[in-house]
Amino acid sequence: MSTETPHPLLSVRNLRVATSNGHPVLHDISFDVEAGSIVALVGESGSGKTVAARAAMRLLPKAISPVAGEILFEGRNVLKMSDLEVRQVRGAKIGMVFQEPMVSLNPAMTIGAQLVEGLRLHERLSIEAAFARATEMLERVKIPNPVSCLAAFPHQFSGGMRQRIMLASVMLLRPKLLIADEPTTALDTLTQREVLEVMVDLTRTFGTAVLLITHNLGLVAQYAKKVIVLERGRLIEAGPVDDVLHHPKEQYTRTLIDALPKRDHSRKPLPEAAPLVEARNVEVTFSGAGNMFSTAEKKLAVRGVSLDVRPGEVVAVVGGSGSGKTTLGRAMLGLLPLSGGDVSFRGKSMATTDRAALRDYRLQCQLVFQDPYSSLDPRQKIADIIGEPLAHGPKLSRAEKAERVGAMLAEVGLTGLGDRFPHALSGGQRQRVAIARAVIRNPAFVVADEPVSALDMTIQKQVLDLFRKLQENHGFACLFISHDLGAVSRVADRIVVMQQGLIIEEGSVDRILDHPQHIYTQALLEATPTLAVAA
Amino acid sequence: MIRQPANLIIGSLLLIFIGGMALLALFWTPYDPAAIKLISRLKPPSAQFWLGTDEFGRDVVSRLMTGAVQSMTVAILTVAFAVTMGTLTGLVAGYTRGLVDRILMVFSDALLAFPGTLLALGLMVISGPNKYGIILALGIAYAPSVLRIVRASVLSAREREYVEASRVIGNSELTTMFRHILPNCTAPIVVLATSMFGWVVLAESGLSFLGLGVPPPAPTWGNMLSAARTYIEKAPWLGLAPGICISLTLLGINLLGDALRDRFDPRMEQR
Amino acid sequence: MHTLSKYVAKRLLWTLPTLLIVAIMVFFLVRMIPGDPAQLILGDSASSEELANLRANMGLDQPVPVQFLYWFGNVLQGDLGHSISNGVSVLPLMLDRFQVSAAIVLVAVTLATLIAVPAGLLAAWRQNEHVDIALVAASTLLMSVPSFWLGLVLLLVFGLKLGWLPVVGYVPFAEKPWTAITYVILPVVTLMLIEVGVLTRMMRASAIEILRLEYIMHARAKGLSERTVLLRHVLPNAFAPTWTMIGLVLGGLLGGIAVLETVFTLPGLGRLLVDAIFARDYPVVQGCLLFTALIYVIVNLIVDLCYPLFDPRVAAS
Repeated sequence: MSTETPHPLLSVRNLRVATSNGHPVLHDISFDVEAGSIVALVGESGSGKTVAARAAMRLLPKAISPVAGEILFEGRNVLKMSDLEVRQVRGAKIGMVFQEPMVSLNPAMTIGAQLVEGLRLHERLSIEAAFARATEMLERVKIPNPVSCLAAFPHQFSGGMRQRIMLASVMLLRPKLLIADEPTTALDTLTQREVLEVMVDLTRTFGTAVLLITHNLGLVAQYAKKVIVLERGRLIEAGPVDDVLHHPKEQYTRTLIDALPKRDHSRKPLPEAAPLVEARNVEVTFSGAGNMFSTAEKKLAVRGVSLDVRPGEVVAVVGGSGSGKTTLGRAMLGLLPLSGGDVSFRGKSMATTDRAALRDYRLQCQLVFQDPYSSLDPRQKIADIIGEPLAHGPKLSRAEKAERVGAMLAEVGLTGLGDRFPHALSGGQRQRVAIARAVIRNPAFVVADEPVSALDMTIQKQVLDLFRKLQENHGFACLFISHDLGAVSRVADRIVVMQQGLIIEEGSVDRILDHPQHIYTQALLEATPTLAVAA
Repeated sequence: MIRQPANLIIGSLLLIFIGGMALLALFWTPYDPAAIKLISRLKPPSAQFWLGTDEFGRDVVSRLMTGAVQSMTVAILTVAFAVTMGTLTGLVAGYTRGLVDRILMVFSDALLAFPGTLLALGLMVISGPNKYGIILALGIAYAPSVLRIVRASVLSAREREYVEASRVIGNSELTTMFRHILPNCTAPIVVLATSMFGWVVLAESGLSFLGLGVPPPAPTWGNMLSAARTYIEKAPWLGLAPGICISLTLLGINLLGDALRDRFDPRMEQR
Repeated sequence: MHTLSKYVAKRLLWTLPTLLIVAIMVFFLVRMIPGDPAQLILGDSASSEELANLRANMGLDQPVPVQFLYWFGNVLQGDLGHSISNGVSVLPLMLDRFQVSAAIVLVAVTLATLIAVPAGLLAAWRQNEHVDIALVAASTLLMSVPSFWLGLVLLLVFGLKLGWLPVVGYVPFAEKPWTAITYVILPVVTLMLIEVGVLTRMMRASAIEILRLEYIMHARAKGLSERTVLLRHVLPNAFAPTWTMIGLVLGGLLGGIAVLETVFTLPGLGRLLVDAIFARDYPVVQGCLLFTALIYVIVNLIVDLCYPLFDPRVAAS
């Protein structure tokens, strides 16, 4: 009977996982991972995808445990193994890469010690041989200067480098299966691409199967053979990537696919008009971390940028971390002092000493922040947060104010949540609150600083759609800052690409997406995951 | 820590017990705590004197109750003094930054360079042993800890995006400070004030034990213990009772402090 | 290594202003006592000639900042004046008493650390299980007992009722080592028990924080045994905050454990200060305060300088 098909490498059979007080986390999940293949486990936060993967290594927190079903790895039930047997599987047979590169390496141990540790545990090797293997592996993941890297500590590396070091540490043992838990969610588009390429390359070389956990269907289309869709602990749909992504059977899968970036051609061209906000050769300097013993190093974050935003126009500023895009946004709101150049609003320079004009400018401009968790005061109720900007406009009676807040709540789809506190809201809902707060005073200009990058894909889409709707209804001009060309294509009229404090390319959305000129833009575009890649 | 409700309940009950003892003592004690009756010297616990009598024949229960009043008054006044001073200076330091901040920090560092009780001991040199001297000395000794915590929370709150949001809305710096920064600093202040209450009870009884605290004949747990030392062999009950009172108070405060910390620390809350 | 030496230099330089302010405060503390400073320092029995000499020596006819410089200059040369009560030079007197306090404190804190670190680690590892609840309850209880009372109770039980150990007194180690040890057992045990409570809770709290981090999951995912995970990955990282705590405790206690020294009638530094306060022996009071603050600052300095051993990130920031 067993002769017809060999065991799949990993086979999860009717797995049920519950918390210690009986609350179910996973309901009857079954799926297989074949040797050498890449299988994607897709779902949003709370779908149980991480729990399913960690169960395979018996690495669940104490409060959560499997209650039924089996997890067969190479035909043996992981859930029935002794602790010792499990430890022989962990690392040697199944490796795991985590989401947060900043906290997944031990800060008190050198990279070398951490790499060699696992190797020497599972294989009989001399220290020298182990270090040689580690050096070689670091080279493979493209760490420059691997020998000195071994003696360094994790804090000396950037996020992308640390993630590659993690990968090296796991792949050193040439495991049969690699579980990659959102390995690139915390990285920007280009770094994401680099890390994934290295991962796919290494696993292909070693014949390692990958269980890729992600919420991003674009990555799935690009890298995986098979996809498993989870929603709230239930398996919704599974099958070959092409079938599932192009002929989804379930509504939830369709929602996920819909959330992928799509260009919107419905935007009408704007009438010619004088620019609302004009930046001329803007320069911003940051003093580095100085102290009483050393003078601070000066660093130019924005190095002479000129940019116009017309009334009602949405200009997207795209770039990687350190490109100066956030700084430019703050500078155009007058929140940071300029070290050179000028910003003017409706033709009036902000360098003016006229305090009334400055205040007028401040009141007509708003900012939407990236992190919806820290941009709302935890001690204020939602209605108070949204209503607070009204204190500075024309005087309103209490009833008028309540009415405006009510209307705004309705507009962002949060009716009835006005007397909750921020912690009772989801990330997407909080971002709606932040947008409502920015829009309620009918500003002329809004800077949105990565407003959706902290959210799940489907929520991103909802928030972006809402943002567009509000922009069309209220007609404000907007500087939309993002590292993600995909998100930008949904809302922008024009795209500006920044790198190292300079604008390197700008043009209409179609022009940039269809005919990118600059090599950096091309790389960025190529790294942006879309469904089109699979088609 | 233990179980969330358990430390809250036990802690509160202990403090209510001690606090109730002090409140009752304001109106009634079984005997006059100061009445000297040489006939009934060093009597062991009995139905008449529940916890016995001391070397002057004074009722131990009555003295413990009055001692509770002393300890609570000193602790409440000291904590109030230290928290007020520390919060004000901490707000100023965190808010102005720059030179004023530097100066305040150098002074608080210097004050913190004395181990807490020792600074109080030094300050008692000036004031001499009396109740208000203790309050002032301990208050000055503990205020820098409040300053540091308030300053640190102000500095970290300043970096929060909701503070920047408040500025973008058009709020003035002062409005931002009082509406968005200060309310978000109360949790660490409350937690610190709770444990400080414990430190003060301990420090005050320690000073009194050394004879540098509230001077006799006013009964405090500390100088009751100090007097009991002489009679420890003949009348061990004299030493046990005040010590148990101090321990119960501190236990109550530590448990309550844990409960508060669990509640306020969002990282603890997640689990 | 460059950043490390920078960190050391920075940390060293930071202590100087603190020490200066400490000196100023100690100086003014005694000056704020009403009365003639020279009279205060020489005591009531001094002759008018001696007073005049001292006044000139202290620069009392000069402005206050100059007086401070006179005093501070002497302090830097190790001259802290003479005790009013017995005319002994203050510095040797303090050093003599310091030995007694230091021996007890060092032994007690070392023992406490040896108990608290594994106990805290175990409690964190078994968080919310019976072992943890028992350990937390025990250490909270220990933390809540005042040291002087615990000392008194131990004295009553082991000294008076059971008669196993001598009750009060002190014998220098050099004279009769064995007897000397029996005299300090009770104070050491008392102090150790109190500190075990504080340190266990500290260790447990920081170990719990560390156990939640992804690198611990990563270490487990490598196939390491729980023992290795705890000893190699949790312990060094969780020990860092406890280490700072040990510094604070040690620095605080080395300045004298006045109450314990009173309970066990030990001739320590704390008792010296308290007696000097009672005797209005101001040179000794000044000397003790200054010395204590200096020890506190130095101990914390050493602790901070060792900190990068546990957490290499510190030196970098």
